[in-house]
Amino acid sequence: MSEHASKSSAQSVAEPLLRVEGLDVSYRTTGGSLSAVRGASLTVAPGEVVAIVGESGSGKTTLAQAVIGLLPANGSVDGGSIRLARQQGPAEELAGLSEKAFRSIRGRRIGLIPQDPTVSLNPVQKIGAQVAEALRVHGLADRRRAPIDAVELLARAGLPEPQVRAGQYPHELSGGMRQRVLIAIAIAASPRLLIADEPTSALDATVQRRILDHIEHLTRESGTSVLLITHDLGVAADRADRILVMSGGRIVEDGPVAAILGSPSDPYTQTLIASAPGLRPPCADTRAPAPVSAHGPLVEVRNLVKDFPLPRVNGSRGVLRAVDEVSFTIHRGETLALVGESGSGKSTTARLVLRLADPTAGQVLFDGTDITTAKGSAWRALRRRAQLVYQNPYASLDPKFSVEEVVTEPLRAFQVGSAAEQRRRAADLVEKVALPVSVLARRPVELSGGQRQRVAIARALALSPDLVVCDEPVSALDVSVQSQVLDLLGELQAEAGLAYLFISHDLAVVRRVAHRVGVMRDGRLLELRPTEELFDAPGEDYTRELLAAIAGRRHSAQTLEAGTS
Amino acid sequence: MAGYLVRRVALAIGVLWAAFTVSFVVLYLLPGDPVATMASGGLDGEPMSPAALDALRARYGLDQPLIVQYGTRLWDALHGNFGASIQNGQDVGAAIREALPPTIQISLAGLAFAIVFGGAVALVATYTSVRWLRQLLMALPSLAVSLPVFWVGLMLVQLFSFQLGLLPSVGAKGPESLVLPAVTLGLPTGALVAQVLAKSLSDVLDEPYVVTARAKGVGRVAIHLRHALRNAALPALTVFGYVVGNLLAGSVVVETVFTRPGLGRLTVAAVGIQDIPVVQGIVVFAAAVFVAVNLLVDLIYPVLDPRIATGAVV
Repeated sequence: MSEHASKSSAQSVAEPLLRVEGLDVSYRTTGGSLSAVRGASLTVAPGEVVAIVGESGSGKTTLAQAVIGLLPANGSVDGGSIRLARQQGPAEELAGLSEKAFRSIRGRRIGLIPQDPTVSLNPVQKIGAQVAEALRVHGLADRRRAPIDAVELLARAGLPEPQVRAGQYPHELSGGMRQRVLIAIAIAASPRLLIADEPTSALDATVQRRILDHIEHLTRESGTSVLLITHDLGVAADRADRILVMSGGRIVEDGPVAAILGSPSDPYTQTLIASAPGLRPPCADTRAPAPVSAHGPLVEVRNLVKDFPLPRVNGSRGVLRAVDEVSFTIHRGETLALVGESGSGKSTTARLVLRLADPTAGQVLFDGTDITTAKGSAWRALRRRAQLVYQNPYASLDPKFSVEEVVTEPLRAFQVGSAAEQRRRAADLVEKVALPVSVLARRPVELSGGQRQRVAIARALALSPDLVVCDEPVSALDVSVQSQVLDLLGELQAEAGLAYLFISHDLAVVRRVAHRVGVMRDGRLLELRPTEELFDAPGEDYTRELLAAIAGRRHSAQTLEAGTS
Repeated sequence: MAGYLVRRVALAIGVLWAAFTVSFVVLYLLPGDPVATMASGGLDGEPMSPAALDALRARYGLDQPLIVQYGTRLWDALHGNFGASIQNGQDVGAAIREALPPTIQISLAGLAFAIVFGGAVALVATYTSVRWLRQLLMALPSLAVSLPVFWVGLMLVQLFSFQLGLLPSVGAKGPESLVLPAVTLGLPTGALVAQVLAKSLSDVLDEPYVVTARAKGVGRVAIHLRHALRNAALPALTVFGYVVGNLLAGSVVVETVFTRPGLGRLTVAAVGIQDIPVVQGIVVFAAAVFVAVNLLVDLIYPVLDPRIATGAVV
């Protein structure tokens, strides 16, 4: 292994596989030309894994698209060069290459693992045919041979029962399985360079880890170079040999992983590292001190069950038990987090607590009152005291409303105060969430994702509720913005003694904000314990698996080992 | 699946009943009746005596109360009997059967033209990287949809028959007489196909799975035909029922312009003298075609889209 590594690094000095120099890429828009990548230079040595890290809009995906010649129709390479080494002879210039010439490079010499596996496979074509096509277009297999080789590739990509899968359609496979199909397609023609564009962002943490492990295994084995595009510094730290940090279209930092994380020279990199939840030392949290519960619990949930009917199969109707005998309490001033992967029932539980859905069985007590069957005015009264902040701030604000209308809508709904008082309250609220008062006149589209989520929080606070349910409140945000929003939630809690029910799939985020954490799987609450205890000594195998999957953990473990030895 | 079919057939029967009832009501709300139309001397020039008129009305049941007439006609229709033409006494079923073949000919030819022309415009418009050509081809269909069918027919006759003398302007003899009517009929329909298909093709070409195909090294033509077209055909298939309806409606105008026999001409003649049995027979027949085509589309869907076959998409 070390021999291989030294050999490849020796090669990298002599001749990199990919050398990008002074690359400029811009997009034509209605408002003129928009520069997306400015003077980017980088090299990837044979067998090297290089990660490009940056937030949305940093130009990292555009850079990758330029390398493989897949820029959107309005994008163009304005200057610089992209040179890809050939097996023999001098390196080949890819910038300005014709579409037709690029065809023999895509797939054959540069493979792509795309971002979202759920939409990246042709829905009306069988899996096997889609893999076989990657071989056929480069003449690597004939009509008879290709399907057989495709099954072989699916097996190499780690897909169980590849023979059966080859005959299935994409919708019959899970997200993780589809990503393995896309990996099979990417490695089909044995390209020497793989571009992985956020290959696992759309997947659950444990699946993410297995997929990344497999990509690593395959590429190390075959000496394939990888250009890994990611927003997650933790993933980059775990997987790459070298990290490049992009910001505003420029590469602001380039170096080995340890150097970048240990002594970042660029201030932007420092911010990024400071806000990466997985890399952050656990002591630096934003929690208010643990609450003192003089009164009873604010929320008490007893043996909550929610069944969803399934489509009729052969005349009999089954049910899906989304929430299965879940019990917990939330105290004033406390943050209780529910974590789990998609389908674990955490969001359904939150909806039941808010009474946005009706439980099949069990009880919900709010401030001592049974609200399980509350209707009409009692139900409306609950709306005043329990509010919700949604995952996606791009979809949860009415685009036709001004920010002031968004924030005052709950006040208007409950006829709290006069119009003038409502306006004053709105000004107070946006100030509370650290936005300038001038945003009140603007519309949600004019705001960034982080600003929108602040508006959503302001709206949730308008009626001074006791409980705020936060359903993945930061998942759609960039890490540095995530960090700000989490800090804000912490401050608001300390100020007003708010209780949070915090739903998240991201354990690193949960660790920063929660006093207690419940782990959910298949509708059941596996364990519910104080945060530190859960992270230090998880009681369930599944919890351990989730913890191990936190990106950045591997890097922290390595540095820890290096420090002690 | 069986339950689905039962529901669809029940719905189809409902649609046919509604078509029958609405056409009955509309025809009876029109002023006058067919007997009066005939009596005004439109047919053989000689006005009839009031007594003869009453006798005629009694013969066709027109002297009965409306509800009785409706009940009788519905009962007969349920037995496949739409009565006889008031104008010439021919059985309605036989009249439709006789008028059908030439209409089927131009409808199929028009449909073929519409699919080939509409499909070609949509494919080229989304394939070409020449900006002006793309914009022209994208704009063309909305222009063609808004052209009146009779005007297109007259223009084609003017150009190809009178000036160039290439094709016959009237009649139904030989395959060459089919060309102009089929083009006239297929042009607005083809424009509709082009509009829907071009829109859904350009949507599909933005899908991430097209990027996956390009990243494999698949060429543009193959991506267009192998990956995009089949996905884009699904929304286009939805308007197929509408397209067939368009063709039937268009045949009324086209057969008149080109003086061809067929269902359209029969309709025009029957409406002109309020020949209620014939008009109703045609309306119910057209509704049946419509229902059958839509049922067919629903059955084809799962074949084209595996997600529906296994019930993954609801």
